[in-house]
Amino acid sequence: MGKNASGETETVDQFLDSTLDSVDNAENLVLDLAQKAGFDEEDLHKIGMAVRESMVNAVVHGNQYSAHKKVHVSVSKGNDRLTVTIADQGKGFDLEELPDPLADNNLLRHSGRGLFLIRAFMDELHVRRLSPAGTEVTLTKYLVRK
Amino acid sequence: MSVKLNTRQVGDVSVLDVAGRITLGEGSSALRDTLRDLVSKGHKKILLNLGEVSYIDSSGIGELVSGFTTVANQGGQLKLLALTKRVKDLLQITKLYTVFDVHDDEAGAIRSFA
Repeated sequence: MGKNASGETETVDQFLDSTLDSVDNAENLVLDLAQKAGFDEEDLHKIGMAVRESMVNAVVHGNQYSAHKKVHVSVSKGNDRLTVTIADQGKGFDLEELPDPLADNNLLRHSGRGLFLIRAFMDELHVRRLSPAGTEVTLTKYLVRK
Repeated sequence: MSVKLNTRQVGDVSVLDVAGRITLGEGSSALRDTLRDLVSKGHKKILLNLGEVSYIDSSGIGELVSGFTTVANQGGQLKLLALTKRVKDLLQITKLYTVFDVHDDEAGAIRSFA
């Protein structure tokens, strides 16, 4: 855990196993920092859900529960934002090729809503492929002081 | 707490009371198994009471959709009762709110199956 001299930024880094327990652990880790940052209950719910969906993608679709692969979670609390980076070691995917879950033909599909919900709940979502393998998603939520 | 499921019969309608979290893993698989069990036993009118559901993720939404299509494919109906604001919001942003027949009170929901 790191903190700069002015105490403005706090970062937590963890390498987690590719298990469903890690999904809960990452959610709790992020929510702990988000709560300290001052997000209200509604935003905490959205952040928690976005992290959960991202972790499920990393553990299930990316690393495919492999015992040999880790998920790298990094959470950073700044003055006006919370930034979460989640990276897996899987094969990666093409964002453009994912079906639109709101299209009429896809409405009754069992899966495929995770990234859509992440986008809906966070202010920013960036996805990039890692070399030699893996996908990194970066989620940002801005703190609106009321 | 994960998920708690309780099935009761009101006339010819099977009411499935769901409480807790419907998320990937135990929560969503328990819901899937219970719905499949009801359908396999010939229950065709199923009311899913989500009033005590505290959390649902995309996997849980997927189970609601799968349950809906499974029951419909058997000539039955699956309806939703007592959505919390968060579940309602989720169904709205995923455009599923209009797919499901959603009710606020149980008596009215039971009558709607007739």
